[in-house]
Amino acid sequence: MSTLAPLLTSRWGDPQSWTLAAYREAGGYQALAKAFEMEPAAVLNAVKDSGLRGRGGAGFPTGVKWSFLPPPDGGPRYLVVNADESEPGTCKDIPLMMADPHSLIEGVIITSYAIGCHHAFIYLRGEVVHVYRRLLHAVSEARAAGLLGDGVMGTDFKLELTVHAGAGAYICGEETALLDSLEGRRGQPRLKPPFPAVAGLYARPTVVNNVESIASVPWIVANGADWWKSMGTEKSTGVAIYSLSGHVKRPGQYEAPLGITMRRLLELAGGIRDGHELKFWMPGGSSTPMFTAEQLDVPLDYDSVAAAGSMLGTRALQCFDDTVCVVRAVSRWMDFYAHESCGKCTPCREGTFWLRAVLRRIEAGQGKMDDLQILEDIPGSIVGRAFCPLGDGAPSSLTSSLKFFRDEYVQHIDQGRCPYDHTASYLFEAVAA
Amino acid sequence: MTYAPETLTALRADADQVVARYPSPRSALLPLLHLCQSVDGYISPDAIAFCADRLELTAAEVSAVATFYSQFKRQPNGQYTLGVCITSLCGLLGGDAIFAKLSEYLAVGNDQTTADGMFTLERVECNAACDYAPVLMINWEFFDNQTPASAVGLVEDLRAGKSVRPTRGPDKLGTFKEISRVLAGFEDGHANEGPAAGAPSLAGLELAAREGWSAPGPIGDGSDSSHPQEAGDPK
Repeated sequence: MSTLAPLLTSRWGDPQSWTLAAYREAGGYQALAKAFEMEPAAVLNAVKDSGLRGRGGAGFPTGVKWSFLPPPDGGPRYLVVNADESEPGTCKDIPLMMADPHSLIEGVIITSYAIGCHHAFIYLRGEVVHVYRRLLHAVSEARAAGLLGDGVMGTDFKLELTVHAGAGAYICGEETALLDSLEGRRGQPRLKPPFPAVAGLYARPTVVNNVESIASVPWIVANGADWWKSMGTEKSTGVAIYSLSGHVKRPGQYEAPLGITMRRLLELAGGIRDGHELKFWMPGGSSTPMFTAEQLDVPLDYDSVAAAGSMLGTRALQCFDDTVCVVRAVSRWMDFYAHESCGKCTPCREGTFWLRAVLRRIEAGQGKMDDLQILEDIPGSIVGRAFCPLGDGAPSSLTSSLKFFRDEYVQHIDQGRCPYDHTASYLFEAVAA
Repeated sequence: MTYAPETLTALRADADQVVARYPSPRSALLPLLHLCQSVDGYISPDAIAFCADRLELTAAEVSAVATFYSQFKRQPNGQYTLGVCITSLCGLLGGDAIFAKLSEYLAVGNDQTTADGMFTLERVECNAACDYAPVLMINWEFFDNQTPASAVGLVEDLRAGKSVRPTRGPDKLGTFKEISRVLAGFEDGHANEGPAAGAPSLAGLELAAREGWSAPGPIGDGSDSSHPQEAGDPK
């Protein structure tokens, strides 16, 4: 049994790994050749049978999502890859596209073939210029090699691929906001239903999938659904990239079968920096409730993390040691949500605004005991009442921190100041020491 | 519009290429705004008028979009945007100190530009490089694992006209206008520069290689295909 199982990350260390030549050398585009020998429905069924669940956070089964497309009506249908990676802590798709853009393109072509799409899009966040260069270059190479355009790989399958750069807006990671943005509008979410499968881009049937989900497809097609299911857990199959960051000795990307524990991952990453202990960690990004050392043995699969009271999300494992003021961390996350709230719905727009104000007040030592009640009440007016998941996720760190560290909020109010030395959590002093 | 005739001709030719990428012209609006920033250094009134004219939208419709996205600038931007990540992780691990130092050194606050037009300082939200914290984005290129001193060093080099190399990016940092053209979808020939990945991106891969860990081979080829995580499902 292998603790780590690099597949999607396996080529990242190869020289010039982003080029078509390097990708082919490593076996790239062989899965596509195999897919073309199959009927599109058989490709779709392989992904469905594999149990692959969406890697963008929600964990919805990818093949099932594809199967929601209505029967072909002669009009266009689209695949849109969500490469807007912006959830705080999430840092797996950006290195994947920088090092191995062809694996995403191969996944795009196979998926397009499976769902009958002839124009696919990759919506990349705009704040990563070099990743955009690599994607544009890879698409040019693929087109020149006959992997895109009319007659892909000598077949009669036709596919255009447009790589589109956003312009800075977290909300565009929400799939319907992303579609509005791709249509040249403000990135604000749409009311669902209709879901994108029925009325997505240009009101046509559309599949929106995360980068890592699509990059997993060639592996599944190449080696089969049963092979994929031999890794991970029964309901969370396959491998996934775990991103460790924060006060760990060796932060980075660790690709493992789903179900590995945080305790094991922390060992692999060398543990928390010397002289300190883990205080709290975020399992799936800042929109998921925090965990403490109590949850280190929770298997990091979709269902186990949910049963333990949080969400696997994007496996963005941010670790904070005992130098970190939890009020400060949560307050900063609320700054993020207030800044990124698109303004469309009142619960999120106003709720994050007021939570930010109260959290800043407490952190600055100007809070009152009544503020704690406000912090407990406002989330109830946002969660389940917001237009999209941004609002639902915004108070997660706050609510969970009140559960684990209520005393720390009280300390700020009682002492009229933050009890922490803010410089103690810096990394460079640790480096200098 | 006050664009010079040759500028307008070039813009129109580029805009045609951008529009051709999409089934519907309006989808070209974000890249066209990036393109206009590559000419003007911000979203000027000319930029609004040009996009509206090209896409048959109203100026109000274009402005509504331009003001929604944080990369579109309402005032002339500096040649270099210094984007210090201050979201919880980068900020608490040192981004706050980096921002404070740069703010003091350049004598500008958030979203302000130095008098010489060289630098615009920005607090930016998570840029998907948390394993490289604290991160500084200059013109949206990665400068990983920064300190206040290293950040000031970069600014001093840029001021002195020296070439500056991103940690994971092209050999030489481009100006705000140059990278805006890339963001409009025009290749600049630098894709093959820089590394495939930094050390944190490879941490798991290298550890697996040292330990001899790998995914099972295809079923039926005799290599390890045992179920690696029997105990994972709680139900």
